[in-house]
Amino acid sequence: MCEFKTYETAWCPGCGNFSILKGLKRALEELGKKPHEVVISSGIGQAAKIPQYINVNGFNGLHGRAVPVGAAIKIANKNLTVIVESGDGDTYGEGGNHFIHNIRRNIDIAHFVHNNQIYGLTKGQASPTTGTGQITGVQTMGVLNHPFNPLTVALSLGATFVARTFSGDEEHMVEMMKEAILHKGYALVDILQPCVTFNKVNTFKWYKDRVVKIDPNHDLTDYFGAYKLAHQWGDEGIPIGIFYKKEEKTYHEKIQHLDKGLPLVDREINPLKAEKYLADFK
Amino acid sequence: MEKAKKLGNTKVSGTIFAGIIFKYFGLPIEKIKDYLQEIFSDNILELNNKALEIGYGMIEPKLSLQGNKDLSQYILINGNQSIALGALAAGCSFYSAYPMTPSTSIMNYLAAKQRDELIVVEQAEDEIAAVLMALGASYAGVRAMTGTSGGGFSLMVESIGLAGITEVPLVVAEVQRPGPATGLPTRTEQSDLKFVINCSQGEFPLMVISLRDVEDAFYQTARAFNLAEKYQIPVILLSDQYLADYNQTVKAFDFSKIKIERHLAGEEVFLDGEYKRYTLTASGISPRIIPGKFSNQVVLVDSDEHDEYGRITESAEVRKNMVDKRMKKLELLKEELNEPRKLGNAKGEVLLLAWGSTYGPLKEATENLIGEGYNITALVFGDLWPLPQKSLNYLAPFAKKIINIEGNATGQLKDLVREQTGINCDLSILKYDGRPFSSEELYHRLKEVL
Repeated sequence: MCEFKTYETAWCPGCGNFSILKGLKRALEELGKKPHEVVISSGIGQAAKIPQYINVNGFNGLHGRAVPVGAAIKIANKNLTVIVESGDGDTYGEGGNHFIHNIRRNIDIAHFVHNNQIYGLTKGQASPTTGTGQITGVQTMGVLNHPFNPLTVALSLGATFVARTFSGDEEHMVEMMKEAILHKGYALVDILQPCVTFNKVNTFKWYKDRVVKIDPNHDLTDYFGAYKLAHQWGDEGIPIGIFYKKEEKTYHEKIQHLDKGLPLVDREINPLKAEKYLADFK
Repeated sequence: MEKAKKLGNTKVSGTIFAGIIFKYFGLPIEKIKDYLQEIFSDNILELNNKALEIGYGMIEPKLSLQGNKDLSQYILINGNQSIALGALAAGCSFYSAYPMTPSTSIMNYLAAKQRDELIVVEQAEDEIAAVLMALGASYAGVRAMTGTSGGGFSLMVESIGLAGITEVPLVVAEVQRPGPATGLPTRTEQSDLKFVINCSQGEFPLMVISLRDVEDAFYQTARAFNLAEKYQIPVILLSDQYLADYNQTVKAFDFSKIKIERHLAGEEVFLDGEYKRYTLTASGISPRIIPGKFSNQVVLVDSDEHDEYGRITESAEVRKNMVDKRMKKLELLKEELNEPRKLGNAKGEVLLLAWGSTYGPLKEATENLIGEGYNITALVFGDLWPLPQKSLNYLAPFAKKIINIEGNATGQLKDLVREQTGINCDLSILKYDGRPFSSEELYHRLKEVL
C-alpha cells in the first residue's frame, strides 16, 4: 500500500489534478521519501487542495501565499523536503510578488504550478495565463490582457531551474517533479493541466496535440536558448521539459551559519546566552 | 558662534557647547578631552581642545552628576532594542519583516546579532510575506516573530486569522504611529488598539499586550513567546513610536527570569498510533508536535475549517466543535492575565485609566497631584486583550470620577472597558497631535478637571 495514502477528493471527474496527485506520489516514492520528511505548502484553489489528499506534512494556507510559508519552513528545518503546490491564479496572480522574490532567494524548494489557464475554484474567470480573447463569464468581451508567461518571467529573474510538463504525460511529469525536488535551489515546474469544466479552449486534446518534448540535445545552460524556447506557444508547439538549469548558491549556502551545523529547529535555546548583549547598553 | 569664529572655524561651536554642558553638570573636562582624542588628531584636535576649554570656562557648575552611585548594573536602552533583546532571550530564531518606521530598529538590532546567535533575520518582499514567513518557521518548530507598524499590520491581518485557525504560534510587534494610511510616519499615537484586537475576519482567540516601558518591552516580549506556544495563538505586542525611540536608564534586565516554556508534545499523544493536529480536548489546546520529528507522523494545518486531522470539512458538527475548541483557549487565557499596574492611592476617588507608553508621564503626574493632596488611583494596562477586569471592577465603585487618558482621538480604551465591563468613563483626556503626553501636560490637564 502506498505510504502516501488515498483520500476522497472534491475534484471534477477528468480533472488534471488526479494525474498530478498520482504523479506526485510516484515521484516521492521513487525518490524514497517518507511522509514525515516531506512538507507541502499550498494556497487556495483546486490545485492547492493537494495536501488534503496525500499523507505528508501540510500547510494549507491562504490564497496566493504558499511560497513564503514554504520558504520559511525550509529555513527553519533544512532537513525537510519542501514542495509548494498551487495553481496559476494562486501563484501568478494573487501571489505574484512572492513568486518574483522567492526566485531571487533561491531557496531549495520545488514549486509545482498546476496551470489550467483558468480559475476553477471560483468557476471559470480568466487567470493570468488565460489566452487573449477567451470569453468567460466575467471577461465577456474576451480577455483583454496578454497572458503571463511564467517561464520567461522565471528566467529573467534568474531562476536556477525552469521546467514545464503536461499532466497527460505521467512519465514525463514524474521525471520533471523528481528533477525539481533533487535540484539544489528554487525549482519551478509549470504543469499544463486541462480544466474539464471551465476551460473549453485549452482542453486535454488541445494540449496533447501541441506539447513537444524539448530536444535532448538542448543545452540546459544556454540562457538565451531557453528564453527563446520559453516564448514558443500554441500552434507552433508547446515545449515541455527542462528549459534551463544552473548550479548557484542556494539561500542556505549563502548564510554560512544556517548551512553548517544543526537545522534552526534543533538548536538549543538558552536565555542566558543573550545576556552578554547588555554590554551594548552599558 | 562668535567665539568659534574667533578660533577660526565656526564648526567648533558644538565643542564649545559641549564644554558648557560638561561644566553645567560638574563633570571633569578630562573625560571629554579623552573622547576628542579618539576622534580628532593634529591641529583639528588642538582647535577642539581650545574650544572645549573656552566653553568650560564660560559658566559655573549648576548641578552635580558626580554621585557615588554604581552604574554598572544599569543600562541605557530604548523600547525597540528592548523588544529585540527580549526576543533573543526567548530564543526567537527567525525574524522576518519589511522595513517600516518606527518598527525597523527591532530588525536592525536582531540582524546585527544573527551570525553570533545563529539565527536568521530575513527582509521579506512585503508585510504579507513577513508574517507568513514567521508562521511557516513557527509551524516548522522554531520561535518566530515579525514586526511592523499599523500600515504593515493592515497587510498582515488575513495571516493573523490564519494563525488563529491553524493554531500556529505567532508573535507580532505592532509599533504604532499616527494613521490612517501614511499618517505621521515618524510620530507617535495609540490609535490602533481596537483595530488590533478586532483584526482579521471571523472569530478566533488572540492576545494583545501593550508595552508601558522598556522593561515591559523586554519581559513581555519573552512572555509573548511562551503564551503564543502555550495557547497556540497569535500574540500581538502593541508599542508606539514614543516608546520605540526614547532612551531610558533602567536596571539591567534579569535574563535569569526568562523561562522557556515550549509546550511541545511527544510520542505519548499518538493515541491510535496516529497524530491528530487538532485533537479535541477539554482545554481546547491540542497537543502540538514539530513536523518531521516522528517517523511517519505528519502535521497537517489548514486555513479551511478542518477535522481533528486537519483535513478540510463542511460538517456542521465539526465546525461547531472546532470554533468552541478555539474559543475555549481564550477563556483559559483569561486566567493568567496580568492586572494593570496601579499608581497612586489604594482606592482613590478619582480613577485614571491608561495603557501603554502613557505610563511614564502619568506616573509622574499622578505622584505630583497626590503630593498636592488629590485622592487619585491610576490603572495602566499592559495586557489589553482579553481585558483584565479584576482591579477595574474592584476600584470603580470607589471612584466618583473615572477618567481615561489615551493617545488617540476617540478613547478606544474607554470603549473597550465599557464593552467588557459596563463601566463608563466620565471624562477623556486625549492627545492625537502625533506627540506623546508629557508629565507636565498631564498634570495641568488633570488639574483642570479634578
